[in-house]
Amino acid sequence: MKRGKFLRWWLSGALLGVASLAAQAAEVVVYSARNEQLIKPLFDAYTKQTGVRVKFITDKEGPLLARLKAEGRNTPADLFLTVDAGNLWQAAQEGLLKPVDSKTLQANIPAHLHDPGNVWFGLSVRARTVVYNYNKVKAGELSTYEDLAGPKWKGRLCLRTSQKVYNQSLVAMMIWEHGEAKTEQIVRGWVDNLATAPFPDDNRAMEAVAAGECDVTLVNTYYFGRLMEKKPNLPLSIFWPNQNLKNKSAGVHVNVSGAGVAKYTKHEREAIRLLEWLSSPTAQNLFADVNLEYPANPAVKPDARVATWGNFKHNLINVAEAGKLQTRAVMLMDRAGYK
Amino acid sequence: MRFVPHHILRPYFFSAPRITAWAIATLTLIPVLVVASALLDPDQEIWAHLWRYTLPELLVNTVWLALGVGLGVSLLGITLAWLTAACEFPGRRFFTWALLLPLALPAYVTAFVWLGLLDFTGSLPTWLREAWGIQHLPPIRSRGGVILVLALALYPYVYLTARSAFQGQGRRLMEAAQSLGLSPVRGFFRVALPMARPGIVAGLSLALMETLADFGTVSVFNYNTFTTAIYKAWFSLFSLPAASQLASILIFFVLVLVLLEQVSRQNKRYAHSARGGGGSTRIRLAGWRGWLVASFAGLVFLLAFAVPFTQLLIWAWYAAGTDLDPRYFAFIGHSLLLSGLGALLVATLAVALGYAQRLQPTPGMVFTARLATIGYALPGAVLAVGFFIPVAWADNLIIDQVRAWTGREVGQILGGTLAVMLLAYCARFLAVGFSSVEAGLGRITRSLDEAAEVLGVTGLKRLRRVHLPMLRVPLLAALALTFVDIMKELPITLMTRPFGWDTLATRIFEMTSEGEWERAALPAVAIAIVGLLPIFFLIRDPDAKAC
Repeated sequence: MKRGKFLRWWLSGALLGVASLAAQAAEVVVYSARNEQLIKPLFDAYTKQTGVRVKFITDKEGPLLARLKAEGRNTPADLFLTVDAGNLWQAAQEGLLKPVDSKTLQANIPAHLHDPGNVWFGLSVRARTVVYNYNKVKAGELSTYEDLAGPKWKGRLCLRTSQKVYNQSLVAMMIWEHGEAKTEQIVRGWVDNLATAPFPDDNRAMEAVAAGECDVTLVNTYYFGRLMEKKPNLPLSIFWPNQNLKNKSAGVHVNVSGAGVAKYTKHEREAIRLLEWLSSPTAQNLFADVNLEYPANPAVKPDARVATWGNFKHNLINVAEAGKLQTRAVMLMDRAGYK
Repeated sequence: MRFVPHHILRPYFFSAPRITAWAIATLTLIPVLVVASALLDPDQEIWAHLWRYTLPELLVNTVWLALGVGLGVSLLGITLAWLTAACEFPGRRFFTWALLLPLALPAYVTAFVWLGLLDFTGSLPTWLREAWGIQHLPPIRSRGGVILVLALALYPYVYLTARSAFQGQGRRLMEAAQSLGLSPVRGFFRVALPMARPGIVAGLSLALMETLADFGTVSVFNYNTFTTAIYKAWFSLFSLPAASQLASILIFFVLVLVLLEQVSRQNKRYAHSARGGGGSTRIRLAGWRGWLVASFAGLVFLLAFAVPFTQLLIWAWYAAGTDLDPRYFAFIGHSLLLSGLGALLVATLAVALGYAQRLQPTPGMVFTARLATIGYALPGAVLAVGFFIPVAWADNLIIDQVRAWTGREVGQILGGTLAVMLLAYCARFLAVGFSSVEAGLGRITRSLDEAAEVLGVTGLKRLRRVHLPMLRVPLLAALALTFVDIMKELPITLMTRPFGWDTLATRIFEMTSEGEWERAALPAVAIAIVGLLPIFFLIRDPDAKAC
């Protein structure tokens, strides 16, 4: 009895000591699956502007989510930042984020780029589009994602692996548009048209197109931008597919990197303030431009290099749908033999 | 009459060796059990899908990969170990340490370099196409390619453990073989090789466990294995339970294999007097034979290290302009500190476990030791989560209790501390330290223990005065291997590091996560250079004494 009491006091004393060290100065803790060199410049700017310190830890999406979940009510995280709507959707699904009621965010981020329940908000747009070898393909030959499944592309298509979430989201959106049966047909068509086994990344796929191993591929635009900066002489061009359609598959497939406030945040106000700031014009340029992405805030112009690729119509389906259908997309790609 | 160590006479349930072994095994068992607990709640839909569409292919792929890499690392590792340990040929001194260098490069980085060089768009095929019109080359992105790259990356495990076994045999063994009329070649196959079995198996099982747990390298080749399925279930199908179930099955098979190997050599003894007649009596390979051997070693060195490292240096040179900043001092410092402390801790636990097993070589103890080292076969991120969940649970318990008693809010106590990080490294890398310590202990004849016991030197004192001095070579090997392995480790470091504790390995992650492989060369080169330190240390020392 006596010993128990002593232990109790000793323990709480020690813990309080540690705790009081931790709970000083205004700061926000961010768990980020967007990598360090893309977020640190932003957080540095924020600290300079507001005096609020931003502590962050980076990891892959899956482990970060598992971490947030395991820490539960006592997580130090205030904001969860990640790439891909699928991961954001999953975080929301697991009840790890809380809705944010903010006029600023509503005004800054278009409806199809944030969660319908305002649990998370897209902060930059990543367009997955067609890149082709202009020595071997005329732009007129290209039209839609779906068309790449047709016989005229036999042996001319290169794709990145289906393991990558970008392709999973793309197929998930196609399921939303066409249903599973038709989407499976399309994916099977892609697989039949492959010139070579799927690549581990977008760069390899583009290099293969440039080298003539195949003629056309699907990539995120910022990979194209990065590659062309390094090797400006590659015979590659960008094409925006699905522009002239009137149905729900109209527009280029877009995905987001975005963020939501952790459900058990201890600094909700600061977290929301940081999120709002990230959607503001000052931050949006920095957020998108460091990685040649598109700002999510339509009032903000993309980087000059990005702007040279021209304007395009977005697919306006809410990106959350990609998350919802991701599991089915993955299974569908397995069935279709897309490795 | 055989002398029976007194510990075996009274194998109390609560004997010190047993408690030690179980305490160490618990460290690994906690994450493994957390992972295995998912088996209780199978996700029917995902299983049905996996079973029907992906598992058959994955199993075939995984078996081929394990067989291929196993064969490859054995051939390369054993041959090179024998040649550098027992023969004399031009460049032997150089190759002795240089052949270990591939260890310092993360295998998935090497894999990426090879893909860049040998794929259709790579420099070599492009040149062959343009200059010679050669259109069709065997594709690097294939089963053969991934096996080759992994074998080149992992053979040093076998090389190191086999070499220290061959060295420990001393000259007397081979002289005995020769005096019985065996040629050097037959002596190798009839005597040296069988006697080196524990060492070879130790290295081979490390290489195989790493192959089975590998995600990075096979992803670069888009070669689907059991482990890629684990990650797919987790990251793409959003089912950590399904991933854990797959991982438990993987671990179960590894455990069965390990135990089978153990049973098959249960009654054999591999000890011999280590001080086998000094003097340099290596088999001298003169003339073309010497040069042939040198070119073989040279070719392996070139393919496994020199070529990929040169490419990395070139990339690193370009990346250094923008990326090299004073923060690198911190990255290097963190990497050194974590790897150094981790290696020391792992080696300590490995010796404790090995000695406990030696004191009580019962089947139960052997089983406990195998359990304790199983963490190496678990895919890194799965082990990291398995470790993190109980830590977070304990933290939550403490935090909630403090809140209940005092009404105050406190932060995490365990999570984000170095202690937790180091323990997690132990759970993962104990196999690396233990395999060479165990093989080393196996080579020390038991009559030494008995002699010491007769003289009244027992327990820890005997460990310190008799065994540790004789374990120097394997202990150095254990330290060096663990050091470079922790240096390259990613998932545990990412998940358990304190805020701001970025290392060279996490730098690689930051770059590769958005596909910027060329920029990742800078931290990769830094890892290789820092990782060289222990390798130099390791080789320079024993070689001087052993021959």
